[in-house]
Amino acid sequence: MEILVQQLFNGLTIGSVYSLVALGLTLVYGILHIPNFAHGALYMLGGYITLSMMTLYGVNYWMAMFVSIIVVGLLGVLLERFVFRLLREAPPLHDKIAAIGILLFLEAFAQFVWGADFHTMTSPYGQVVNILGLTFTLQRLLIIVSAIAVMVLLYLFLKKTYAGSTIIAMSQSREGASLVGININKVAMLTFMISGGLAAIASSLASPINLVFPGMGHLVILKAFVIIILGGMGSIPGAIVGGYILGFSESLGATYISNDYKDIIAFILLVIILTVKPTGLFAKGER
Amino acid sequence: MRILTKRNGIIALIIFAFSFPYIAQNDYYLHMLTLSFIWAIAVYGINLLSGYTGYLSLAHAGFFAIGAYSLGLLTVKAEMNFWLALICACLITCAIGFLIGLIALRTKEHFFAIYTLCVGYIIYLVIDKWEGLTEGVRGLIGIPAPGNIGPITFDTAASQYYLVLIFLLAVILIMYRIIRSLTGRTYMAIRNSEDLAQTIGISTMKNKLTAFVLSTFFAGLAGALYASFIRFIGPDIGSTAIMFDLLMYLLVGGIGTLSGPLVGTLLLVILSQNLQFLQEYRMLIFGPLLTVIIIFYPRGIAGAFYDWQRKRKDNELSGVRGELHIKAEEG
Repeated sequence: MEILVQQLFNGLTIGSVYSLVALGLTLVYGILHIPNFAHGALYMLGGYITLSMMTLYGVNYWMAMFVSIIVVGLLGVLLERFVFRLLREAPPLHDKIAAIGILLFLEAFAQFVWGADFHTMTSPYGQVVNILGLTFTLQRLLIIVSAIAVMVLLYLFLKKTYAGSTIIAMSQSREGASLVGININKVAMLTFMISGGLAAIASSLASPINLVFPGMGHLVILKAFVIIILGGMGSIPGAIVGGYILGFSESLGATYISNDYKDIIAFILLVIILTVKPTGLFAKGER
Repeated sequence: MRILTKRNGIIALIIFAFSFPYIAQNDYYLHMLTLSFIWAIAVYGINLLSGYTGYLSLAHAGFFAIGAYSLGLLTVKAEMNFWLALICACLITCAIGFLIGLIALRTKEHFFAIYTLCVGYIIYLVIDKWEGLTEGVRGLIGIPAPGNIGPITFDTAASQYYLVLIFLLAVILIMYRIIRSLTGRTYMAIRNSEDLAQTIGISTMKNKLTAFVLSTFFAGLAGALYASFIRFIGPDIGSTAIMFDLLMYLLVGGIGTLSGPLVGTLLLVILSQNLQFLQEYRMLIFGPLLTVIIIFYPRGIAGAFYDWQRKRKDNELSGVRGELHIKAEEG
């Protein structure tokens, strides 16, 4: 029983991280219909920037995370402006390949600057807490709380502010949005900014319990794709729910099925879903 | 009589390829060229599916690995005859490709790319973790070189080069025949608009599946040749890094062109051999290159060359027309 509760808690932790990554991915997909394969590299870069801010400049954890959000967000804006905007009229194949090119570059770049070694990030919240016979580190609790706070903020931003509603408008219909005078280019850049920022938050939160290395984005991005297919491409609640579903099934699968094969669970899940329903669960009535 | 026709050019290239071992008395170049021919065969497989049929598959490194491991396991553990094992390896890859294609091809566009990316990852993880069968990360050692056919042996670098070259030429010939045939036209129709293709009575699923299985066949064949050439294989040959390499060869050479895969593979393999000091960081150059090429030259080097040729021909034609016009006025 105790193991079960402990694993549920772990699932909640990784689920929070997955949800944040998937949210960024689904936002971009909803607006521009690009499966951004480079999102995992943004996630990785976010972790590195937070880490080097902390180790090189001795900035505190939150400040480092803030810098990381800004830098990665701006990088997202650059990608939109100089790569994806030029490909807007191109066949969908081209976006994917361009994204893969960016992914390869960013990974090589990280390896060039920071080396191929594994780094550990020490968080100021390493204390072990004991609540009702359950032990966990404060960092894990922090991940859950911050992730939920970010999600609530994002929800408020999208629903209550003008800028947020332009994003929603554009995801509903690009033509319609530009007819009512929304500047599509600005909205696209804003979306990429938010998407990059979310990736940076996710990796800064997750790095203290994982490791920082050039390939850290691989599995995460693949799983984020599984999540947004699970939750419907472009759907925001879908990304959150999907993230937690995957988090729980992984942590339970690792305990009760096999630790070796826990990474495969997500992919098996995806293969099953797409086998049964080729357009993904909860797909909006496209085409 | 023009000597510089396309046909003569191709004949000259083939003669050059066959005489290469005599020109370059250097095993290192032979080794490199053989290896790039093997990659090129796999890239032709991806090209058939992604270039002509319009489905971007990211699982082909996986099929390459399946071909390689099938051959390795059949020759090392089952001690089968090499040639029989080669045929079996291709058949096994096709069979797995058929099953995966049956499901994967129900999805479209982005879903297909993501689905195949995940399938590729599953193949990699299975090879990596199933130690009882594949020896896991230790890899498979001692794969025999191709067996003799009568008096012909394959124990020198030159003979292996010829073997792979013949396979490559066969693959190119098959590709040429396919894309010039109605089948090839059908694939392109599916690429250009699947709905339209269906409207004019093309069974899209059947054709897509044939293209998928054929392309896995090429990947499997390349994998099997790779295993017997390098004689050692590890799970890394199925990783996404290899997949992205293959994709890059295809893109730089020219996706959806016949010569693209060969041009791209040769160019990039030779380039990365010469930039060996960059090995780890070569993606610093190749990554942006890939992005720039897809933005400005979406059909790669071969595509850019075709466009240039067509433009020149158009100019010549309009020039001739202009002269005729002037003459007519004078006369």
